[in-house]
Amino acid sequence: MDIRVQAAPFDFGAECGRFGQGDGRAGAVVTFLGLVRGADGMSRMEIEHYPGMTEKALAKIAEDARARWSLSDLLIIHRYGPLAPGDAIMMVATAARHRKAAFEAAEFLMDYLKSRAPFWKKEFGPDGAEWVQAKDDDEAALDRW
Amino acid sequence: MIDVLYFAWVRERIGLPRERVETDAATVAELIEELKAREDRYALAFSDLRALRVALDQELSDFSAPLKGVREVAFFPPMTGG
Repeated sequence: MDIRVQAAPFDFGAECGRFGQGDGRAGAVVTFLGLVRGADGMSRMEIEHYPGMTEKALAKIAEDARARWSLSDLLIIHRYGPLAPGDAIMMVATAARHRKAAFEAAEFLMDYLKSRAPFWKKEFGPDGAEWVQAKDDDEAALDRW
Repeated sequence: MIDVLYFAWVRERIGLPRERVETDAATVAELIEELKAREDRYALAFSDLRALRVALDQELSDFSAPLKGVREVAFFPPMTGG
């Protein structure tokens, strides 16, 4: 299990390659990559986080996923700081014996990362800067778990 | 003494990321009332509590929670990770 919170970029391909090197236990690997969307003339993004709480919150979310599904491995990388459209923001990867657990655990991680990990996104566009607002859907997405 | 941290637009409205606060507040709600009474910028930041979340010692909590033994209180808008 690996959880990283960093300002530096990461190499999605290399991370997937490393993660996918099975030890014979996993039969399925699911990966998700989140990118900065350059919609509505947005030119850059700034992600703020709460050092200390972020690491604890991610560890808790990962533990909850491992308690629920039998995962042979799990990876979360989440960036903070300045980002541009097209940049990778974050990724998750899950490995399990069967694909259902790997898919479900990856979705679970994503749903909880959205509204339970202390990150805040600020978008800079032609009309100035704006904090991205949480959506009701993000909170509602937790109900299914 | 308690460390109070602010993030995102709460930090911008109040104008600082953290401060040490001398308080006898028994709950988060009482601390908020004390802060609001200080200056307009605090009153503005805390004007709509539905738009705010609170963490006590880096764990998500709620406004009615007691402050006894708590060292760090953080106020921020709903999180937008992922």
